Amino acid sequence: MSLDLATTRRIAKLARIGLDDQEIEAVRAQLGGILGWIEILDEVDVEGVPPMVGTSVTTTLKPREDVVTDGNCQDKVLSNAPDREGPFFTVPKVVE
Amino acid sequence: MLTDLTIAQASEGLRKKEFSAVELTKAHTDAVETLNGRINAYITVTSDLALEAAKKADAQLVSGDAPALTGIPLGIKDLFCTNGVRTTAASKIIGNFVPPYESTVTAKLLENGAIFLGKTNLDEFAMGSANLTSAFGGVENPWHRKGDPSVMVPGGSSGGSAAAVAAHIAMGATGTDTGGSIRQPAAYCGIVGLKPTYGRCSRWGTIAFASSLDQAGPMTRTVEDAAIMLTAMAGHDPKDSTCADIAVPDYRAACGRSLKGLRVGIPAEYRAPGMSEEILAVWQKGIDLLREAGCEIVDVSLPHTKYGLATYYIIAPAECSSNLARYDGVRFGERAEGATSLDDLYEKTRHNGFGEEVRRRILMGTYVLSAGYYDAYYLKAQKVRTLIQRDFTHAFEKVDVLLTPTAPTAAFARDEKPEDPVQMYLNDIFTVPASMAGQPAMSVPVALDSKGLPLGLQLIGKHFDEETIIAVGSALEKAAGFTARPDLRAGVSA
Repeated sequence: MSLDLATTRRIAKLARIGLDDQEIEAVRAQLGGILGWIEILDEVDVEGVPPMVGTSVTTTLKPREDVVTDGNCQDKVLSNAPDREGPFFTVPKVVE
Repeated sequence: MLTDLTIAQASEGLRKKEFSAVELTKAHTDAVETLNGRINAYITVTSDLALEAAKKADAQLVSGDAPALTGIPLGIKDLFCTNGVRTTAASKIIGNFVPPYESTVTAKLLENGAIFLGKTNLDEFAMGSANLTSAFGGVENPWHRKGDPSVMVPGGSSGGSAAAVAAHIAMGATGTDTGGSIRQPAAYCGIVGLKPTYGRCSRWGTIAFASSLDQAGPMTRTVEDAAIMLTAMAGHDPKDSTCADIAVPDYRAACGRSLKGLRVGIPAEYRAPGMSEEILAVWQKGIDLLREAGCEIVDVSLPHTKYGLATYYIIAPAECSSNLARYDGVRFGERAEGATSLDDLYEKTRHNGFGEEVRRRILMGTYVLSAGYYDAYYLKAQKVRTLIQRDFTHAFEKVDVLLTPTAPTAAFARDEKPEDPVQMYLNDIFTVPASMAGQPAMSVPVALDSKGLPLGLQLIGKHFDEETIIAVGSALEKAAGFTARPDLRAGVSA
């Protein structure tokens, strides 16, 4: 299966990865190649087969108490922020 | 030399006061200093912290209250968050990230007395099979072809961990395995690598790639050492709901267990077309050795094996595209300059911060999850995944463990890297099915090929039956008598 440029651009937009025209073309060709290879799955009959969800190895998930276990660590939360102002994360102005 | 000891031997030596934890750690930090410039196994070296910790370990050893790994110097894959120590996932996008918390697995190792030498290199976000996608440069495999100085890849993604252990610049290391990232580099570097059952070790604090597949495990020079490390790493964690609340046995006790009457399955589908004669020969050698050790060899079939990789390359990118959505340059990590809007900030940050392979997988995952394609790709793959798991369930009705090659080839040279991503993905053809089904699996070094490079065999077990793969692995290791060491290692080429 091959991908067209418009679809490739749409995927890049959805993924929020900026790509220039040359990169879009390279990605289009490579994803097309991978998708072609994946077509092998067309020969598998999955009629009536349930999809695997999670890895189904563990038994039922264990509920826990709905209580606060952590908090009051604003400095830790902000310690890796690329840009902050006081107790806030900041980003470029988006609302005029 | 202290750097030649196994974890089991060093632990005994420390307790008998033959040497101190400071001496043992110093031997390793010196070796890291000498060799890391060339091997590049560590992204971040923490020698000062290690030596401080070693002093505390010596005090603990004197007091007599010293847990199993007290004073043992380890390498930590740079995907495990370590409190106050930079954790990069080998990516530019979090190249200066300093976690204010400790992952559960590394916290357990610290509680058990382990000493961390540094953070080991990997493929960016654990996506790769040759450690060539790291933003911090490739890792050199300490092994070389006889009479050929070409730099070999260490495998991936846990390539730095594998190379560090093989070169004796760590006694053991942590790895993570999503589709083979512990087992394949272990095979390429001639060491032991164990991927536990999905849910055996907590994923909390480990940077996520594909959450339904990721699993942490030990990488060591012996099966016994892997058992010692796994005992410390495994166990329930309330912070990871997929982490099983099942008691952790003393895995070391499984080493040397009798194999009389144990049934070892040989899956016909792993005899892939075009497979090298040498891989087939080492597989046959493993079969013969286990038969001599008292095992019954049984032919089995895993009919959906050939669909494993294609299924993996839908599911893993899908989960990765979701997990990596958090790297947007807002709350942590690198932020691109000069953005004119919020979308522009995301797009520039993610373009500049992610390498080519990571971008490719995010885009692939975005595509297979996007409206109109979800059923055709993702849902279909999840159904095939059920069939792959059923193959294992059926096989394990007849046998206790499976024996297969770990990888289709020995390590390849850095300049032989395939240009086609699909060719690179084929390295994981034998490791991916066990990952898809959540089975525990281990690679054990068995022989050298005609060029002098190590080859490994893989043991795949039943869910939560790491003990049987450890028992069989220790017997295989003993029978194979693999004692070869790479030419590039501590004390040799120093």
